[in-house]
Amino acid sequence: MNPVVMHTVARLMAPVLLLVSLVLAVRGHDIPGGGFVGGLMAATAFALLMVAFGRPAARKQLRVHPTRLAAAGLLVALFSGVPSMMEGRPFLSGIWARLPVPGTDGLKVGTPQLFDLGIYLVVLGTAMCFILGMARGEDTTAPEMGG
Amino acid sequence: MTPSALLSLPMILCLGAAAAGLLTPSRAWPRRWLALMTMVALAAVGAMLLVTVRREGIQSMQVGGWAAPFGITLVADLLSALLVLVTGVMGLTVVSYSAATLPASKEAGAYYPLVLVLVGGVCGAFLTGDLFNLFVWIEVMLGASFVLLALEARQEQLEASIKYMSLSLMGSVVLLCAVGLLYGAAGTLNLADLAVTVPGLGTPNLMTAVSMFFLVAFALKAGAFPLFFWLPASYHTPPAAVTTLFSALLTKVGVYALARVFTLVFTQDSQLTSTLLLVMGGLTMVTGVLGAVAQYDMRRLLSFHIISQIGYLIAALGLFTRSALTALIAFLIHYIFAKSALFLVSGATARVTRTYDLHQMGNLYRTQPLLAALFFIPALSLAGVPPFSGFFAKLAVIQAALRAENWIIAGTAVVVGLLTLFSMMKIWREAFWKAPPENQPEEPTRPLSLGDGVLGPCMAMTLFMVVLGLGAEPLLELADAAAGQLLDPEEYVRAVLGGRP
Repeated sequence: MNPVVMHTVARLMAPVLLLVSLVLAVRGHDIPGGGFVGGLMAATAFALLMVAFGRPAARKQLRVHPTRLAAAGLLVALFSGVPSMMEGRPFLSGIWARLPVPGTDGLKVGTPQLFDLGIYLVVLGTAMCFILGMARGEDTTAPEMGG
Repeated sequence: MTPSALLSLPMILCLGAAAAGLLTPSRAWPRRWLALMTMVALAAVGAMLLVTVRREGIQSMQVGGWAAPFGITLVADLLSALLVLVTGVMGLTVVSYSAATLPASKEAGAYYPLVLVLVGGVCGAFLTGDLFNLFVWIEVMLGASFVLLALEARQEQLEASIKYMSLSLMGSVVLLCAVGLLYGAAGTLNLADLAVTVPGLGTPNLMTAVSMFFLVAFALKAGAFPLFFWLPASYHTPPAAVTTLFSALLTKVGVYALARVFTLVFTQDSQLTSTLLLVMGGLTMVTGVLGAVAQYDMRRLLSFHIISQIGYLIAALGLFTRSALTALIAFLIHYIFAKSALFLVSGATARVTRTYDLHQMGNLYRTQPLLAALFFIPALSLAGVPPFSGFFAKLAVIQAALRAENWIIAGTAVVVGLLTLFSMMKIWREAFWKAPPENQPEEPTRPLSLGDGVLGPCMAMTLFMVVLGLGAEPLLELADAAAGQLLDPEEYVRAVLGGRP
């Protein structure tokens, strides 16, 4: 295979994949999509980078250690359930508001979107943990966990 | 705090602390203290939950406010609340023991977050009011346990975890099949809703078949005969703290799930299930203790005792009377503490002698007097010698069997108790009493004292056993109230479904 083609395609497609994954995550509350599938698609972007440029490059593009990414996501998802508890309603009850955005009848934002963001990070982190871990090869023995 | 917050807090605390632990720098102390604090909080939440349930009856909440039976339901009756409290106490014990025994490099890794995830999964399994969520929480717990077992990646551990994982996953497949079949037949998986719909389905044979799937799946998780092979194959390989955690919590979830499902949902063919459970319980008791008698590795021996004690619990469930369920709950609590104490002491012993092999030990009675005392009390308690907690728990089981005129179970329980005493005395004789083997270099070992941190958790467990023995009355009272709730599903259904008929 000509690496030039692979490099070019990866360089072009990885941002597109990331963008689409974000769109999927954001629209997902009311229509098909969501944090889970968004996170998976984001992981494919980094997997593509890994295939084209190698494991270290993909890891560098991710910037954060995948375990920490998943942990942060879990915290965000759990936190999204807390505001409703403060109001005395059950954990994870949705709280919605409309942001006044000119030209529309208001932008709907709420805690379920925060939850979706958390799931997005959990799935991205976990998937990258697997993908980078499996690509590590046989030179290392002990799994690297928790940074 | 509102009951609805109390019900969701155990899982939020554990999973949140696990995630926060992974975000802290990779050092021993922040992760250790975070885990310790979380376990203290969990025990406090468990205690508050127990008080609330005792005072105001069964509590339930709907996650996200989606009404049952469509949403995710969390329920706490007395049994669940009691078990969450015990889980918190055991978590605290194991974490403080880990802090005293594990190398700092291990503490700095993913160890504490994994323990927290496991404990969170166990709490979720105790509190969920929905069979599919029960499956999910069991998977959360098992996932963490797979990693904990293989964390040091030594050869014997990897071998053990392959056996453990493949057998556990087989159980999970059976459980998932059972859940799917039940959903297909009843159209709901909410336990309270099932308690209402299953009796009116008009397909009792199908329900009996489905209930057998559940029986097999949960019996495998509980380590009952003939599905216990994964347990002695794996429990002796991880560090003592991990073995303690596993023995205290994992198999108990299986027993809890059996008790929940067969008191709440599958009550239509109780003759068959009760016979099966009795046979299974009796055989589990006997095979477990016979396996233990043959062992010379301290932790393998204790692992086989887990199985034999599980037999008592399953037999008590099979008797299915109020006194038997009371005995089951009291025995469960006693046995979590007794078994944990023994595993913790086995870890401390191995620290002194650097081995788990009974042949290589000896004379600890003289060199480690405190350790010997801390082994002696839980060993007698496990065997059912008065005045410790085991005596009352075992007596309650035997009395329940006698009252149900089931002479075979009563006789088996007595004989197995004697064999348990015999094998405990074997450890006593080999490790503590006999002269040390001659080929060993005589190195003067400093006697462990309470200041060493290893013995603190052992001491706490032993104290619980004495307290539960001398003050057995309140525990039995609580267990009786919990058994009453198990036998009368109406309150459970009302708490979850509210005014809905």
